[in-house]
Amino acid sequence: MSTATVEVPEAGAVAAPSAAQRVSAALGRSAPVFAVLALLLVWISIENPNFTDPPVFLAFLKRAAPLAVLAAGQYFVIVAGEFDLSVGSLVTVTVVVAAEVLADHPDGVIRAMATVVALGAVVGLANGLITTRLRVPSFITTLGMLLILEGAVDYWTDGAPKGSLSEDFRTLGRGGIDDVPWLEQLPWSVVVLVAVAVGAVLLMRSDFGKRLIAVGDNDRAAGLSGVNVPRTRTIAFVVSGLAAALAGILLGGFAGVSAQVGDGLEFEAITAVVLGGVVLGGGRGSVVAAVAGALTLEALFTLLNLLGLSAALQDAVEGLIIVAAVAFAAFRLRPDR
Amino acid sequence: MKRFKLPVNVLPIWPALGIVLAVGWITVTIDGGSFFTSSNMTNILQRSVALGIVAVGQTVAILVGSLDLSVAYLISLSSLVAAETMDGKESMLVPAIALTLALGAGVGLVNGLVVTKLRVNAFIATLGMALVLKGYLADNYSRPSGEVSETWKSFGYTRMGPVPVSIFLFVGVALVVGFVLRRTRWGYHVYAVGGDEPVSALSGLRTHRVVIGAHVLCSVAAALTGLFLASRLGSGTPRVGTDGGYDLESIAAVVLGGTALVGGKGRVNGTVAAVLVLAVLDNVFNQLEVDPFLKQALRGVVIIAAVALYARRRLVAREEETSAPPVETTGPTEVVPA
Amino acid sequence: MTEAPLLEMRGITKAFLGSVVLSEVDLTCVAGEVHAVVGENGAGKSTLMKVLAGAYQPDAGEVLVEGEARSFHHPVQAQAAGVAIIYQEFNLLPERSVAENVFVGREPARLGLVDRRRMEADTARLLAELGERSFSPRSRVGDLSVAQQQVVEVVKARSLDARILVMDEPTASLADEEASALLDLVRRLRDGGMAVLYISHRMPEVFAVADRVTVLKDGRLVETLAVADTTPSQLVAKMVGRELDGYVPPRATDTELGDVRLAVRGGGNRALDGIDLEVRAGEIVGIGGLQGAGRTELARAVFGADPFTRGTVEIDGIERRLGSPRDGISAGLGFITEDRKEEGLALSQSVRDNALLGLRSTRRRHNGRDALVEELATSTELRAKSLDQEVRFLSGGNQQKVVLAKWLALDPGVLLFDEPTRGIDVGAKAAIHDLMRGLARSGKAVVMVSSELPELIGMSDRIVVMREGRVAGELPGGATEQEVIALAAGSDPVLAHDEPARERGAQPAPRSGAGSEVGDET
Repeated sequence: MSTATVEVPEAGAVAAPSAAQRVSAALGRSAPVFAVLALLLVWISIENPNFTDPPVFLAFLKRAAPLAVLAAGQYFVIVAGEFDLSVGSLVTVTVVVAAEVLADHPDGVIRAMATVVALGAVVGLANGLITTRLRVPSFITTLGMLLILEGAVDYWTDGAPKGSLSEDFRTLGRGGIDDVPWLEQLPWSVVVLVAVAVGAVLLMRSDFGKRLIAVGDNDRAAGLSGVNVPRTRTIAFVVSGLAAALAGILLGGFAGVSAQVGDGLEFEAITAVVLGGVVLGGGRGSVVAAVAGALTLEALFTLLNLLGLSAALQDAVEGLIIVAAVAFAAFRLRPDR
Repeated sequence: MKRFKLPVNVLPIWPALGIVLAVGWITVTIDGGSFFTSSNMTNILQRSVALGIVAVGQTVAILVGSLDLSVAYLISLSSLVAAETMDGKESMLVPAIALTLALGAGVGLVNGLVVTKLRVNAFIATLGMALVLKGYLADNYSRPSGEVSETWKSFGYTRMGPVPVSIFLFVGVALVVGFVLRRTRWGYHVYAVGGDEPVSALSGLRTHRVVIGAHVLCSVAAALTGLFLASRLGSGTPRVGTDGGYDLESIAAVVLGGTALVGGKGRVNGTVAAVLVLAVLDNVFNQLEVDPFLKQALRGVVIIAAVALYARRRLVAREEETSAPPVETTGPTEVVPA
Repeated sequence: MTEAPLLEMRGITKAFLGSVVLSEVDLTCVAGEVHAVVGENGAGKSTLMKVLAGAYQPDAGEVLVEGEARSFHHPVQAQAAGVAIIYQEFNLLPERSVAENVFVGREPARLGLVDRRRMEADTARLLAELGERSFSPRSRVGDLSVAQQQVVEVVKARSLDARILVMDEPTASLADEEASALLDLVRRLRDGGMAVLYISHRMPEVFAVADRVTVLKDGRLVETLAVADTTPSQLVAKMVGRELDGYVPPRATDTELGDVRLAVRGGGNRALDGIDLEVRAGEIVGIGGLQGAGRTELARAVFGADPFTRGTVEIDGIERRLGSPRDGISAGLGFITEDRKEEGLALSQSVRDNALLGLRSTRRRHNGRDALVEELATSTELRAKSLDQEVRFLSGGNQQKVVLAKWLALDPGVLLFDEPTRGIDVGAKAAIHDLMRGLARSGKAVVMVSSELPELIGMSDRIVVMREGRVAGELPGGATEQEVIALAAGSDPVLAHDEPARERGAQPAPRSGAGSEVGDET
């Protein structure tokens, strides 16, 4: 290319790297977010020594779980080279729809959950099909979907969602396994978070994950190598939709019903993924780092709260930190002359 | 529609506007209302001004290969700054305008610097700015504040027959920006940098300056929108920008108007037509008394459908290109040498 | 020639991250000269030219233009000094017009506004000077062919009043008749007083157009000599440091050929018509023709990427409907595309992940994948730091081997190659040819599209020549270039091969005949 690309002179035959080499290579690529997360957690512990107590730390994780789940889902879409701007409104829809279902069937917790999960999958499927079959840029598709979902929810509830989520439903977001030694209570949402993270990692390691990242890197090459590109991308959107539904269940449990519960979450999810070092445009980055990015954001919020910053200023500081983090990442990735 | 070919220079959004007007008229008439009334036309034009001005600015940002998600909060802040500075006094009208536009320029400058010097992705950079502005707004304002001067208030409402005077502001901005893009060197450079930044840099363009300039222009347009909204509201409000969804809506209008999200391709007049389309749709939905929440959803559907149609057009055009016979290396002279 | 050198590069040294890429390289050039720069990949040719063009600053050494020492910190400074460079991947803006591209950053202005008329008139004049008539200053660059875009780059250089023009592999993406036209253009520029530095892998061109040639090897200058004083094989020997004898493996005899593995009958689609093709096990069938004749389209149609809409395709005797690459793969086809960076590789992924992509999309062979990849890396003699290295760091030849490994992992019965050795240096080319012949011998049917006539003629057992979407005719392997071109071009006499403009003394300038890259002396 017309810009400098360094050609590394080949040195003899192929050598298998040791496990240590592979780990350090992986760390070298995504180190920043983990380091930043660690830094923030330490700082929080300094401001609030209770933070190191398991229950307090777990409470933090409980708060962070919805965003982390959302970030994991968004990761799949971003690594494929797309955007999903509809997840915030999908979270709201999830909460509202669950409340409506529970209003008619007060004991139907499973029914409510199944409904919203199905809904998440359907929205994801719609996003995927519109983007791949109708060739609409995903930015626009999911933006349109955002408007549709927002409008639909407002229309359905006449602007003010009624009803509330039953106690049973809210267990997942609020409750946990009691009488656990040392931890006291293991919140369900933490369990869910870990399960999602593990599941996402396994999924990315699978053939599907490798296909997905190839699509994000070079979809023409992937297609010619036999990958069903539209289907792979669509599945990524479905995953994102499911994650949004799950995040909605957790968040609804945690925070209750409101029409604003999902506001701005899509931006937070995308920010979390970018903080984790995943490149907007696809083809690079790990899902663990994306989840770490979400935890980092939550840690940031927690810290700012602890430092006594007004809610408003928190937004401002958040903005600055995000820009700084991404600037730093760009600095590390700059091409060497 | 497939075989119908437009003259090369006319963007497809204009006939789309025609169709929307026609369909709107038919639907409204069937429903028992009247479409082409003076008050209706005023309504449509009035609605386009706010979104139109900020969308023109957003067009430049997107053309250069960037994006601005901070416009909504900037609009709110601008309305407040304008109204508070004016404080109801005529003598403060000009200073208020100057200050507000300067604010816009400043914000745009910061956005541009963060994107170019710090190499932060525009999505994140302007999102960060949005949050900073949001924080500042939430910290200092919780309700409307300030008061615009009488002249300025009347600006928002004066009409010449069915035509609101403010439409000239919109048209003026569109004409000026369009002119700059098509006739000045800077405008050419915007297209170059948006088309391929490394190539432009190698050709000696100061790409950073071009991008920064584009961001400044975009934010000044947003500030101008804030000023205009202040004139309509009589004062400034901290929520006017976000309530109007100007960030995502302006981007939607730009894409609807045929500008490529990746940059380097598109026209201001396309954005203008797209804004009018959205305004007409809004108006028609109102006339049909469609539930306001449903309107929102329908807007989403329209945006997706329109862009899908564009994508189809491009695909069909590309297929026709590849089946064309190979371009010959000998052929009739097309250009007579000077 | 007694003119003072227009360009002198003395003792140029450059290192990247501790790795020395150029060491004490000298090069001089006079006005009105075509000076070729040859060497294997990694020899430093591109780096040297980038130093000249101002894209890099040398660590040591100096550059003198017209006797004056210059130091360029940006390509624009080099341009101001009269140096222009045309990279292999052009520096053009596809959405803008020809005139806008030519004058990008230097648009003529009147009263602060761009003077469009002058811009277009100036461009038109330059186009006419170069004899270019197939497009106008208003044409959108993205609509032009590669050859036309190249001309736009030359116009750009001319508009900069460049006196020294560097061309990096200018004919890499051109078909023979377009390359011919380009060489004419280069001669015209030289005759007008320009110094043209011509980086190329193609010996026939070097010998057709260059006056002098500089050989680089491993970052060092080997020799600068007049083209008339050497032969292609001697030059290649200097480049690789060893004699390469007979660079193509021998062709198959009749007894070695097996059953028909690929049979196309009456195949047609939007770009093709009436295609009949048969390829046997053990056979390499070459597909020749001019740019736009339908060669790549044929390969893509057979594979299923741009499917046939008429006719039938039989693989190993079974009729198949190949409507997508997945269909092609499950029928046992493999397709090594023309452009490995755009269509063959996911550049940010590892060698391993790229090599396994085929298996992963078809969900095959879940066990023993790692062993398979290592085996393939060995058998293709792939050179990489590790299997987990990102593919974008590999040389062109090794990248092509990764692509090949991906397809071999699927064990296809029919392999389709489109320009298998494009942009690959001589040493790696030979390796790939060996691999291809070996694959054919092992019973696979091989189809090879190639624009390089020596390769086409040398490697193919049979040559099928395309013209305007149809099969123009078939030739046996070892046919002459004239025969191939005659079929490819129809009866158009314009496209006969060119003669070099100047006399060369005793040695007649070798034409680009079979095997003239390496091997036979004239």
